[in-house]
Amino acid sequence: MKKSSIYWLHSGLAWCCLVILMLSCGSNNRDLPILNRQIEKDGELVYRSIPDFSFINQDSQLVSQETFRNKAYVVDFFFTSCPTICPKLAQEMLRIHDHFETEPGLALLSHTIDPRRDSVAKLAHYASNLGVTSSRWHFVTGKKSDLFEIADDYFNIVIENPDVPGGLDHSGRLVLVDEDRHIRAFCNGTDPEEVDQFIVKIEQLLSSKKKVD
Amino acid sequence: MRLISSISCLILIVSILSFNACKDTPFQQGKILYGNFCANCHMDDGSGLEGLIPPLAQADYYKENVLESACLIRYGMDGPVEVNGRTYNQPMPGTDKLTEFEIANILNYINEAWYDDLPYVKLEDVRAMLKSCKPED
Repeated sequence: MKKSSIYWLHSGLAWCCLVILMLSCGSNNRDLPILNRQIEKDGELVYRSIPDFSFINQDSQLVSQETFRNKAYVVDFFFTSCPTICPKLAQEMLRIHDHFETEPGLALLSHTIDPRRDSVAKLAHYASNLGVTSSRWHFVTGKKSDLFEIADDYFNIVIENPDVPGGLDHSGRLVLVDEDRHIRAFCNGTDPEEVDQFIVKIEQLLSSKKKVD
Repeated sequence: MRLISSISCLILIVSILSFNACKDTPFQQGKILYGNFCANCHMDDGSGLEGLIPPLAQADYYKENVLESACLIRYGMDGPVEVNGRTYNQPMPGTDKLTEFEIANILNYINEAWYDDLPYVKLEDVRAMLKSCKPED
């Protein structure tokens, strides 16, 4: 065999291996990783999950982990008088809401971090002005300490800071939670390009669930 | 000789690029300030947010109140406002961080970006307007 044909054979093989490797990586990526920390429970390592919660939504209904039984849901933190990142967050949440309009396996959960000012009536007013009529998007309020604590479980930071406009500083992360209360993806909710990627991940999670069903 | 010609070529390209950049956004400072102070709520394209935040692009209220908008930027606004036939009622916070000159630049950016027929806003008009609408302490 000529030297050059051996070279072509080798490089051809190498390219094939690379393509196969890439394809197999691609298919593994379809299963989103669990992003929670692992903790030891009864001598076994398990993923931390979102703890039980109990809040009130814009229709005065109780919202708890039971509300999202057998559902994935997207979470964010906001307040109605927030002049900084919230309108952009709301716009991106609205985009997710509209994108999955006919998807019964997905819900949305927006927590106010300003329960003193954001009453149920105010949340109802905010939701309706945002054009949300579906019962799949919950705008919830509750005890301030509960809201601040659960933000931490959802990888969000919320702190009171009199120096920022609105008096509350918070991260604008959107977080995807699966039906086992594990976090599977998150993104910066003020960046439309990141949210595009996030929407793809939501689709992946929902389609992998359908395959199991 | 070759060096000179490549340098002139480079200068030419840079000037064409910067000319285009200037042409796209004549109110560069206004655009940056709009991005930092206004776009969070009114959005980068001036479209507002549903029934919560009114648009600034193609908005009848803005068109009829260009100079008065300087007062809204500095002192904020409260209570209902009707824009393009829709009523909005979300308080807008004012900011004292912008100078009269910067406010004029923001207004000129808005006028240029989303309106064909609004005149150039002059600094002295903004100054006079802000003086007239200053709330009494």
